[in-house]
Amino acid sequence: MSALAVLLPRQPAAVGSEWGAARMPSALRSRKTIAALAILGAVWTAAAWAAAPVDRPSVLALAVKWAPLIFGGFLFNLLVSVAAMALGTAAGVLLGLAQISLLRPVQAASWAVTQFFRNAPWLVLLFFAMFLLPFEWRIGGVTVPFPAWLKAMLGLALPVLANVSEIVRGGVLSIPLGQWESAESLAFSRRQILWRIILPQAVKRMIPPWMNLYAILTMATTLISVVGIQDAMTLTRGALVAEARTDLYLPLYFMLLLMFFAYCYPIARYTQVLERRFAVRG
Amino acid sequence: MDGTADFFRWLAEAHRIDVSIAYDPLDRKRFLIGLWTTIWLSGVCIGSSILVGLIGAWLHGARSAAARGAVQVFVQFFRNTPPLVQLAFFYFAVSAALPPVTDRFGASVPLIDNVGWAIVSFSLFAGAFNVEIFRSGIEAVPRATVEAAESLGYTRLAAYRHVVLPLAFRVCLPALGNNLVNLVKTTTLAYAIGVPELLYAASQVWSEVFNVREMMVVLLLTYVALVAVLVHGLRRWERAMRIPGYSA
Repeated sequence: MSALAVLLPRQPAAVGSEWGAARMPSALRSRKTIAALAILGAVWTAAAWAAAPVDRPSVLALAVKWAPLIFGGFLFNLLVSVAAMALGTAAGVLLGLAQISLLRPVQAASWAVTQFFRNAPWLVLLFFAMFLLPFEWRIGGVTVPFPAWLKAMLGLALPVLANVSEIVRGGVLSIPLGQWESAESLAFSRRQILWRIILPQAVKRMIPPWMNLYAILTMATTLISVVGIQDAMTLTRGALVAEARTDLYLPLYFMLLLMFFAYCYPIARYTQVLERRFAVRG
Repeated sequence: MDGTADFFRWLAEAHRIDVSIAYDPLDRKRFLIGLWTTIWLSGVCIGSSILVGLIGAWLHGARSAAARGAVQVFVQFFRNTPPLVQLAFFYFAVSAALPPVTDRFGASVPLIDNVGWAIVSFSLFAGAFNVEIFRSGIEAVPRATVEAAESLGYTRLAAYRHVVLPLAFRVCLPALGNNLVNLVKTTTLAYAIGVPELLYAASQVWSEVFNVREMMVVLLLTYVALVAVLVHGLRRWERAMRIPGYSA
């Protein structure tokens, strides 16, 4: 009841502003509308809480109670994303360089691998890794276990490596041919040209799409919940099952969405800034 | 057809390469239904996500600051949160908040079923990307072109319809194609809420026949083929719509 009492005096003010709204400029009016809607929503939520039986904890209290556990799961998602990105980038750079190889078979094979893994759905590749990799390796006489979370990281690294491969190829091809020709005329070898002249310039252009890929990967890490690994998504569902409250579904899932948003949105913004900074002036 | 079935039956018996969908009628039917569901789901989502994108891009150019702000919030939120969580949010949370309806047998069923929520969720997800794509396409049309159209007596709407949009569409077709390919791949997430699409059908087959390896290869090849068909179609369309002398 206390929340309701705080909000009640504000209600007439909101209604009053709606009355005078007709004469206001449209931008101002829409802002007033939003404010009115927000207040209405707050009153409604407060009323819903107040109407709930006293012995049942409020939705907010439950959300606060489960937040640390779900956040822990979210940190695991981030760990998986970093590991899969590191693995995928290391393999993808090699594959990308193979795509610009002068050896025809190497080029064709790496192109085919890249296209295959780039065009297959992430979830299918994850299933692919989960089911087809063995659960233990036998090296000599020693049996090394191969846990599910490691397989999941490999499964997520597959699409990453294909995308990194395309980013590397695209970055190298974006450097004007004149750079290659002038370096050749200065008697640089092909390897020297690539490492000393082309790649240092190309890396700048590869960073924005690479960061974009990382954000996509971070969001894709929730897929591991589908193949039975405990992550933020699994924990959210577990919390909902434990509480068995339908009114908790919206807040908890929204909280999970917000965690990802808070992590991925700054990355997206920074990517845009870098894109603008590294843009080719034409 | 019989010869093919016999060949795969022999392959399963002699070499333990069990492509059961090639000779078992039940498995084949399941797989084909899954394939059709994926194609159908992708088609519907492509259509509605383009619609979402067009509406969003149009609202983004609106005079009302609130409309522009709302579009921005929508786009940024859907672009920067995991599609799987969005799907769960709609299917479990929003669905629970909506009132149930009574079907013709008198049973209480949710207002929108899992296929419906998959369509809503994927359309909004891909639509958020489409808004940005269409907006950048519209911005790429030079101001002078619009002014030229206006000086020829076009109204604002007519200039939009006959000049700006046709040009903008050609500019954003490659980006749109990429996003639609992504959308087709995203439809696999519907597996998580039990929509009987391709991945779901394949998992049913392999959990009964224990031919994970073979089905996985079939599945990957099918998706790569689906995407290849879409990419090929888009490329042909792009070429057919090319205006000589106007390169995007």
